[in-house]
Amino acid sequence: MTQDILTVEGLKAYYQMNYFGVSREVRAVDDITMTVRKNEIYGIAGESSSGKTSFIKVLAAAIRPPMRVVDGSVKFNFKSGPIDVTTATPQQLDAIRWRSLSYIMQGSMSTLNPVRRIGKTFEDFAKRPLAASGTPYRERVLGHLERLKLPADVLNAYPHELSGGMRQRVTIGLATVCHPEFVIADEPTTALDVVVQKEVLGLIREIQQDMGSSVVFVTHDMSVHANMTDRVGIIYAGRLVEEGPTRQMFFAPKHPYTAHLVASLPRIGDTTQRPALEGRPPSLANPPQGCRFHPRCPLAIDKCKTEVPPLIPVANDHRSACWRWQDVAPLVKPHQAHGVMA
Amino acid sequence: MHGYFWFVGKRLLQLLAVIFCGISATFFITHLSPIDPVEQVLGRLSARSNLSPEAIAATRAALTEMYGTGQPILTQYLNFWTRLLRGDLGPSLLAFPTPSMELVTRAMPWTLGLLVTSTLFTFVIGNLLGALAGYHPENRFFQAFGLIAMGVQPIPYYIVAFILLIIFGFLWPVLPISGGFAMDVRPAMSWQFIFSILQHSILPALSLVLVGFGGWFLGMRALVSNVVNEDYVTYAGLAGVKKQTIVGGYVIRNALVPQLTALAMALGGVFSGTVITEQVFNYPGIGSLLIDGVNYGDYSLVLAVSTVSITAVALAIFIVDLLHPLLDPRVRTE
Amino acid sequence: MFSVFRDLIRYNIEFAIGLILVGAVVIFAVLSYFSPVDPSLIYMAMPDQPPSGQYWFGTNSRGQDLFWQLSAAFRNSLIFGITVAVLSRIISITVGLLSGYVGGWVDRVLMFINDIFVAVPIFPILVLFYFVLRNNMDSFTLALIMACFGWPFDARLIRSVALGLKHREFTRHAVFAGMSTPKILLEEHLPYVMPIVFSTFMANMLWSIGLEVTLAVLGFTNLNNPTIGTVLYWAISHSAIVVGVWWWIVIPVVLIVMTFLGLFLLAVSMNEYIDPRSRLRRMGA
Repeated sequence: MTQDILTVEGLKAYYQMNYFGVSREVRAVDDITMTVRKNEIYGIAGESSSGKTSFIKVLAAAIRPPMRVVDGSVKFNFKSGPIDVTTATPQQLDAIRWRSLSYIMQGSMSTLNPVRRIGKTFEDFAKRPLAASGTPYRERVLGHLERLKLPADVLNAYPHELSGGMRQRVTIGLATVCHPEFVIADEPTTALDVVVQKEVLGLIREIQQDMGSSVVFVTHDMSVHANMTDRVGIIYAGRLVEEGPTRQMFFAPKHPYTAHLVASLPRIGDTTQRPALEGRPPSLANPPQGCRFHPRCPLAIDKCKTEVPPLIPVANDHRSACWRWQDVAPLVKPHQAHGVMA
Repeated sequence: MHGYFWFVGKRLLQLLAVIFCGISATFFITHLSPIDPVEQVLGRLSARSNLSPEAIAATRAALTEMYGTGQPILTQYLNFWTRLLRGDLGPSLLAFPTPSMELVTRAMPWTLGLLVTSTLFTFVIGNLLGALAGYHPENRFFQAFGLIAMGVQPIPYYIVAFILLIIFGFLWPVLPISGGFAMDVRPAMSWQFIFSILQHSILPALSLVLVGFGGWFLGMRALVSNVVNEDYVTYAGLAGVKKQTIVGGYVIRNALVPQLTALAMALGGVFSGTVITEQVFNYPGIGSLLIDGVNYGDYSLVLAVSTVSITAVALAIFIVDLLHPLLDPRVRTE
Repeated sequence: MFSVFRDLIRYNIEFAIGLILVGAVVIFAVLSYFSPVDPSLIYMAMPDQPPSGQYWFGTNSRGQDLFWQLSAAFRNSLIFGITVAVLSRIISITVGLLSGYVGGWVDRVLMFINDIFVAVPIFPILVLFYFVLRNNMDSFTLALIMACFGWPFDARLIRSVALGLKHREFTRHAVFAGMSTPKILLEEHLPYVMPIVFSTFMANMLWSIGLEVTLAVLGFTNLNNPTIGTVLYWAISHSAIVVGVWWWIVIPVVLIVMTFLGLFLLAVSMNEYIDPRSRLRRMGA
């Protein structure tokens, strides 16, 4: 039976801004409850500034002022023992960082120290969690590089001497060399061109299966989700609006926003105009009443404007936060969707 | 390696260009003016001293040869360079007939010693404290330090030196305020002499340190508080990299790169600060020499000090620039 | 623009203090236009009088009323600083925008010249000019020479902004619309570098007034023209402190510190306003 490695309950994380005398509260993560299972890739999708980056920052225990966790818990169930990263001490966090929980940060251009050789960075990151040095350490790193199809001499290079794809593989290598149980990947392929992107995605998948670890994979690109993830969660305006197995989400979405996201994907041989979504994502400082999607929703009724829909089970392993989930029709016919799931 | 070679080559070219332009400027400023240098110098000389007619004649000959007055300006310019390359800019009037270059060479160690130690000290301490202040923005001690640095930093060299002079010369006379060493100490390799030199250098050095310190402190503090927010620092923190490694290898290393550029750019200003400091504390360096030269109308001495100081500052900048690729690998492959 | 100013005064304590300090000094300097005495004349009052109801700042050993003397001195020094700043801003804007926008060999040549100007120490050059010109060197000549050395730092800064502007959409639009290069630089790019120009304006004034003080204290300017530096020169040459005429030194030093601190705070706080990263820091990000 599958077991949960991560349990998030009622998580709220707000930004407290005070800018030239005006104080604002931005509700970047507003009441999210979800779980991630062992040995699965869980995708998180959403537009930019939907709060998905803030959410995974909390998961990665990277909360810094002005953001703070207001309510809820983020519990990991590692082999070394359970830990709630919202309440753990810095020492407890240091003990799990990289050994159990690691992170692939967005933007490989800026995540590597420009004045440090890659090999040195590997030592900084991996020596302590691996608790190895000398030949065993070297062999471990070189073996890992080989798996990533990176030449051994990247260790002597500086970040600026590598191509974008190489640099991204180096960051993936850094994040996975200690065989962590849980990896958070934030837009790891966004800045790469399509060919390199495919290669890097394959690599992440391969390494995940080798190590048997769980991955939370964040991207706004739905086609990447289709190819990579086991389950997908959709975040809109700081809330989880739908969650389910990837195939089901693409074939039978139960939230109008998901339906729209899936429909906006280009497909081979399809020349019809994509339906555009009216309006813009709401401001998190001042979100709309009721369901936050209602101003843009084609199915909105009066109830949506006043009452917040709860995230309820709508099918096997499938939850949606919509009053009219039964009326959501897939905007894509199943045979078309196959083009994406290739 | 190839990249570094090109880098050094480019900088070397720049060094030569700077020296060439700077020294040419000193030549043209002095030679395109409507005032005839030879007569001006001789006028001052006869007004101030009672040299023998032979000495005046010798000086006139030397000056005429050196300035080449009457010859076309281009010839004068070429002559100037040949003389300069031989290190001979004529006798000084101030200490006739000692060659000006000899006076400069004699004064140079004093200035260099004062300048190098105080600049290095200021740079290291200012950057170190600035980095700590930037890394711990909540620390009260560093906040107070920042306020003081902000208050002292914009005050001109002269005022700081002068305030020190008033404090330690009149209000609380514990330190010597004038000269390079005590009058009753014989210049020799003795402990007494070295002690006297150190004692006399405290106030001049302190004034340079006080003025320079604030700039490095504030600059580094601002840089560090920016670098701390860079992705690679956040990322290393998320990976649980040791704090000392993050502060030293990630934060300070990166913040130091622009500070090194700033050091190269500040050296010219540091030199003008030394001139003032030497004047205020009567220190026997080339700054005092320059001022005496101007006041006595000593043409060749002023030219000698100008050319040597322009060359020295350019060389110092060149050396700092060569260090740049060691700190920043991106420069090497440019 | 006005609301930016108001916000700065209200929420940036450094800007407010700087503005008060500089404002006080400017008002004091403007008073010199109503001076009852000619500040260049000597022995117009009883020498060495301490501050009193009649002579607010006392009189010096040269028989000058220090209040009016200093007022004129600060006016002259501020005008001097502004002249240098305006002239050097013109050079740095021209070089910076041209270098950034035109690029290629124009950029390389201009930056090579720029680097030379950075590396040549200005102080010996200024002393040399004084040495040759002596009392023919009036403050405008001095301002002109300093302006020739005060631009390279800021030109580089402006260039880096111009490099970014070059690839922006509106620049391409302007090019396709057939706008000439000078017109693009003046009408499209200049507004973007104005904030830098303002903040470096203050820093440049600090630098030039400080250098003038340095030169004057050594006696290397026209000493009959009252400036901050020449006031100090005369005080020192009359050994004011030793003789006990302390107000001749202390009052100008206090005013100088006020001026420099004020200008510095203005430059720093404006710089902070321009750089959004340091603004975020202020918010605690």
